[in-house]
Amino acid sequence: MRRVFKPVIFLLCLLPLASLVLSAFEIGGTSLGANPVEKIQDTLGQWGLRLLLITLAVTPLRDWFNAPWLIQLRRMLGLFGFFYVLLHFLTWLILDQDLYWAGILPDIARRPFITIGFLALLLLIPLAVTSTNGMMRRLGRRWKTLHRLIYAIVLLGIWHYYWQVKADVREPLVYLGIAAILLGWRLWKIRQRLLTGRLHGRADRPELREET
Amino acid sequence: MLIRQPRPGDTANIRPSEITPEAVYLDRRRLLQVALAAGVAGLGGAWSEPARADLAPLQFKRNEKYSTTEAPNRYEDITSYNNFYEFGVDKSAPAANSGRFKPAPWTVTVSGEAESTGKFALEDVLKGHALEERVYRLRCVEAWSMVIPWVGVPLGEVLKRFKPTSKAKYVAFKTVMRPAEMPGQRYDVLEWPYVEGLRIDEAMHPLAILAVGLYGKTLPNQNGAPLRLITPWKYGFKGIKSIVEIRFTEREPPTSWNISAPNEYGFYANVNPKVDHPRWSQARERRIGRGLFESRVETTMFNGYEQEVAALYKGMDLKKFY
Repeated sequence: MRRVFKPVIFLLCLLPLASLVLSAFEIGGTSLGANPVEKIQDTLGQWGLRLLLITLAVTPLRDWFNAPWLIQLRRMLGLFGFFYVLLHFLTWLILDQDLYWAGILPDIARRPFITIGFLALLLLIPLAVTSTNGMMRRLGRRWKTLHRLIYAIVLLGIWHYYWQVKADVREPLVYLGIAAILLGWRLWKIRQRLLTGRLHGRADRPELREET
Repeated sequence: MLIRQPRPGDTANIRPSEITPEAVYLDRRRLLQVALAAGVAGLGGAWSEPARADLAPLQFKRNEKYSTTEAPNRYEDITSYNNFYEFGVDKSAPAANSGRFKPAPWTVTVSGEAESTGKFALEDVLKGHALEERVYRLRCVEAWSMVIPWVGVPLGEVLKRFKPTSKAKYVAFKTVMRPAEMPGQRYDVLEWPYVEGLRIDEAMHPLAILAVGLYGKTLPNQNGAPLRLITPWKYGFKGIKSIVEIRFTEREPPTSWNISAPNEYGFYANVNPKVDHPRWSQARERRIGRGLFESRVETTMFNGYEQEVAALYKGMDLKKFY
């Protein structure tokens, strides 16, 4: 069952991209609409953010459902998130801006919502690079510290989205709510751990150490 | 985690009670159009008999002087990709959600600093004006653009018939408020009803029109039926749709996007590649309908209508009055 699960999730993660490709060639009566560049860019960005949030949900879900095997999906989900964010950025660069550097560079530097999005993308790169088993071994304890960057990245991504919309901020606020739950749960776990530690006069109880 | 995005054709969120059988819907529309056509025919024969069951064809002459020779966008693109927040914030929402909107009968209230005020049937507002086709560029503040063949009447000529007084320094417009037919009005994304305004000399400029048609036919609901403003040298959001009120005022009237975000949207909202939106550049625009590659074009001052309208803003700091 679990062996089937991973390839199925892998294929599901490819669906948003597949739907864009089908629509681009107008297969099955689909279409990208009047503004195909915007459609591609928005879809990729949304799924990048959604997949990063899903990645953040893995650890809490593992605990709530007592399903330790879920953790095996986390790397793949995170990498898919990076993949969509990267495609979102490349769409902006190539299709939206036509590689017009005289416009792109000032936009990254001067437009806060683009700066924030770009920063989030840059921060994702070291996480993607160090996602291999070899890098995990080599970095040891520092790996986990490094990968806590994902909390900041997700918040930057939501902020980027929030700042980009014209007036209807409902969807970015939904993402913010979900992020608040997922990050709040982690804070709550830390608090629990500290309280339990104090209660038992021990600061460190390995069996309670949370893998976030 | 998976957040459902409404798509055109997605019926999962529509209650069965909201669905009008197509036959009833078509019948109702046909009835309205026949009524409208008959009413207008009686007032001077501006409209001919509707040839199709959907939107009535109009009789008009193209105004070559004020029309661009650029190729217009496809009817499908113009009617499926636009902003009309009263029907929802997605650009596909107006086409998807405007089917229940009733653009006839229609009354426009004229008030304020004018001699001839009161309530007027749409047919009376248009009476005596010959319909003209104007092929205009439309530049959205979101940095996309289209070329659209509108059918309408010069705004200034209509306004003059209400005999504005010397106190009429501005003219304000209001969109209809019908949350039952306009689902977007059930959310406070903007303050409803939508309001817009022009300085009186802008309103009297021959480029400003009140549009009632598109591509030679009656304006579809999603594009602002039955009566909307077009000021092609300004960003698209100035073009207020489904107008029910025209008010002549002495003071600058409030405008919806300016109320919503005053540092981002000014009263004037003239297309200006040198004055950026605080969050994005206005130097270039994406011309809809040109496919995936090379659809970016340079934005021009006053959307290419500089020769015609620059005099209106002589001596004004356009960075300040954006």
